[in-house]
Amino acid sequence: MPKLYEIVEKQDLVPGMALFHVYAPMAAKNMKPGQFIILRVSANGERIPISISGWDAEKGTVRIIIMAAGRTSTEAVALKQGDCFQDVVGPLGEETHVEKLKGTAVVIGGGYGTGAVMPPARAMKAMGNRVVGIIGARSKDLVLLEKEMREVCDEVIVCTNDGSQGVKGFVTDGLAGLMEKEDVQWVLAVGPVPMMQAVGNMTKPKKVKTFVSLNAIMVDGTGMCGACRVTVGGKTKFACFHGPDFDAHEVNFEELMLRQKMFVTQEKIAMEKLQEVK
Amino acid sequence: MAELTPKERMAIERHPMPEQRPEDRVKNFDEVPLGFAQEVAMREAARCLDCKSPQCVEGCPVSIDIPGFLKLIEKGDFKGSVKKIRETNFLPAICGRVCPQDQQCELVCIVGKRGKPVAIGSLERWISDYERENKIREIPEVAAATGKKIAVVGSGPAGMTAAYEIRKRGHDVTVFEAFHRGGGVLVYGIPRFRLPLSVIDEDLNFLEKMGVKFIYNTIVGKSMSLDDLLGSEWGFDAVFVGTGAGLPKMTGVPGENLNGVYSANEYLTRVYLMGAGNFPDNVTPLYQGKKVGIIGAGNTAMDAARTAKRLGADVTLYYRRSEEEAPARTEELHHAKEEFINFKFLSNPVEFIGDDNFFIKQIKCDVMKLGEPDDSGRRKPEATGESFIDDCDTAIMALGCDVNPIIPTSTPEIEVNKWGVVVADPETGATSKKAVFAGGDLITGGSTVINAMGQAKRAAAALHDFVMEQGNAFGYWK
Ligand SMILES: Cc1cc2nc3c(=O)[nH]c(=O)nc-3n(C[C@H](O)[C@H](O)[C@H](O)COP(=O)(O)OP(=O)(O)OC[C@H]3O[C@@H](n4cnc5c(N)ncnc54)[C@H](O)[C@@H]3O)c2cc1C
Ligand SMILES: Cc1cc2nc3c(=O)[nH]c(=O)nc-3n(C[C@H](O)[C@H](O)[C@H](O)COP(=O)(O)OP(=O)(O)OC[C@H]3O[C@@H](n4cnc5c(N)ncnc54)[C@H](O)[C@@H]3O)c2cc1C
Ligand code: SF4
Ligand code: SF4
Ligand code: FES
Repeated sequence: MPKLYEIVEKQDLVPGMALFHVYAPMAAKNMKPGQFIILRVSANGERIPISISGWDAEKGTVRIIIMAAGRTSTEAVALKQGDCFQDVVGPLGEETHVEKLKGTAVVIGGGYGTGAVMPPARAMKAMGNRVVGIIGARSKDLVLLEKEMREVCDEVIVCTNDGSQGVKGFVTDGLAGLMEKEDVQWVLAVGPVPMMQAVGNMTKPKKVKTFVSLNAIMVDGTGMCGACRVTVGGKTKFACFHGPDFDAHEVNFEELMLRQKMFVTQEKIAMEKLQEVK
Repeated sequence: MAELTPKERMAIERHPMPEQRPEDRVKNFDEVPLGFAQEVAMREAARCLDCKSPQCVEGCPVSIDIPGFLKLIEKGDFKGSVKKIRETNFLPAICGRVCPQDQQCELVCIVGKRGKPVAIGSLERWISDYERENKIREIPEVAAATGKKIAVVGSGPAGMTAAYEIRKRGHDVTVFEAFHRGGGVLVYGIPRFRLPLSVIDEDLNFLEKMGVKFIYNTIVGKSMSLDDLLGSEWGFDAVFVGTGAGLPKMTGVPGENLNGVYSANEYLTRVYLMGAGNFPDNVTPLYQGKKVGIIGAGNTAMDAARTAKRLGADVTLYYRRSEEEAPARTEELHHAKEEFINFKFLSNPVEFIGDDNFFIKQIKCDVMKLGEPDDSGRRKPEATGESFIDDCDTAIMALGCDVNPIIPTSTPEIEVNKWGVVVADPETGATSKKAVFAGGDLITGGSTVINAMGQAKRAAAALHDFVMEQGNAFGYWK
């Protein structure tokens, strides 16, 4: 039996991004597509939310992909197989709303989002839907989980900003083409906020049901502090408790991006302290 | 030493609690009240008249034998004294510090009729500190194993007390806690300068020594359901739920989502659970400007104000009613005033005003006056039409909490009232779901530590009857 929160397997995907299988039985036991966990890397560490890209309830493991953004994610990516996270708690948030469609379902992943949309894609596929996956990346060597996405989805469209693979441009370019030739009725987009906003803006006029998973700053993750509050349809919602998925057409993205900057000065200091120690 | 006469006892002045000086204590997080010296404690205990029908005992929600433990302090039998308290109170070192004594036991102390009541809370603290420091705390004998397995959800005062009361009766107890450590609001709400961590950890370690198991980082209602716990997989015979309040109430005024506007839960959790006060050694960040505005006037507001002061801010507290209506413990309101907190009563925040990168920079308040009492008996504040704007680059909303909805929403058969508070039988703590008992803020909304403990004790006794199939609790869910 692995130690609690032990990294039982680690793969370095691309520079600054790693995939982990972590032994966290209480989180894995009841995990559902779209839910997430919160982890700490050390006893004095901060709590950061991380999506789930897969799990194994019997083995008690969850699969996560971490992109080194600041202090804590950088420390996490540097951990090795056999190391243990300090804490892993979950499942958190509500599961993604899945349903049987007549038309096509589309899952769109940017950065670590490609991992995050995998479980909902599997769930939509299991309900007998036609599922198309769109993977966004700056260039072909940053395209994540393409092989797995092709196994899960009926079709995969890769979009690279530099055109080195698939469609040249953004995921919205891939989506536009797809919406012209198919009856797209359900979209889930997970990735950087500008990407999610652009997808929402594209599908709103056509009234295509679109979910986005909001990466608000979080502390507890159980609805007790309000740090993760977002405005959806003019009402205040807690991303960790009412979300993380919301109706893209109702989300106030501007406010989310402004609120994500609340600790930017502290984040720089924390990063400098890490480099100092290194 | 000859027995003092009542007259002689009445002549002894209540000894003031020595405290750190305000100008010192606003620079540290050490405990503000320094505690009594031994002779002072013994002299203070001698003020008790050992009443035949002691009102104070009625005033205590767990009815400690107060004259009993005071007499033993006076006589110097300290071990006997703390043993007496522990017959009915599992957390005396905590209650002695945070109980609203002035509205409970000390309110009705006879000696207080002419002069100041006996310092019951301070003596309760003194004797339990004496016990801890001299390591004379005994593990009570646990009844023979009953073979019953009981789950306790939440490790705040309710969960801790229930775990103790249930384990003592010989049952196998496992506590499930959502966070990565135990104590509930005692740890992430009440500040260190009112309740040191060593006091809480002592009680948590004590539970472990009694054989109580703790599973942290586990959210009942998410990691598993109550039915899972009661089902074959986990095989618990009954569950006590003490998951507290926890859902922060917000003002609802414009600008509430600006950066720098916190709920008190977020602010205090960052500082006291995550240690954000000494960032960057502790990595959890805290943004705090120079001029901090606190909204509200309860215990939480005082704690947030005094914490912000210790972290270097100029602090102003805004409350829409007047000082008399402030719900905070009198001692905490007094401490806050001593610690240079500015108070603006009859001031109701109506807008937070932001700068151009979405950080709060000002607060706008309506000036209020008090009209007729509202349904809670407190006079209704009414706007006068006047308002003012203050500079404010951080705001902390300390308006209390609603009940944490994770358990009720994941367990439909648990009945809640219209405010989302779980309905439980007042005598047995039984909820509408079979084999599930509850206590603490979950069944009252934000209340007090001692009420949570009283409810947990009653629920533990009923839960015991239920699993042992005896007494009336057994038939509760016929
Ligand atoms: C529901 C949810 C799921 C998430 N899933 C994942 C995941 O699967 N993998 C992963 O690597 N991260 C995920 N994130 C984001 C993760 O929480 C951030 O990596 C983390 O907060 C950054 O912490 P840090 O200390 O490393 O960086 P910080 O020091 O907090 O920030 C450094 C920089 O990173 C950026 N940043 C900070 N927070 C976020 C954020 N939430 N999203 C994007 N950029 C951010 C900021 O612009 C900042 O300048 C998720 C967030 C949420 C809310
Ligand atoms: C800032 C502040 C100051 C206060 N000051 C005082 C004071 O001076 N005197 C006084 O008497 N009272 C005071 N109170 C009130 C007192 O703290 C509460 O009444 C008391 O803590 C309630 O105890 P509880 O055990 O019911 O809940 P809590 O103390 O809230 O503990 C609940 C525990 O359950 C855990 N939990 C929640 N949901 C789940 C779940 N689904 N699964 C697993 N675990 C879960 C939580 O993480 C927490 O650890 C104060 C409260 C605050 C916020
Ligand atoms: S527990 Fe509270 S009410 Fe009871 S005696 Fe102690 S301080 Fe007084
Ligand atoms: S009421 Fe006062 S004097 Fe009487 S027993 Fe209680 S503490 Fe002592
Ligand atoms: S992170 Fe605290 S309420 Fe969502």
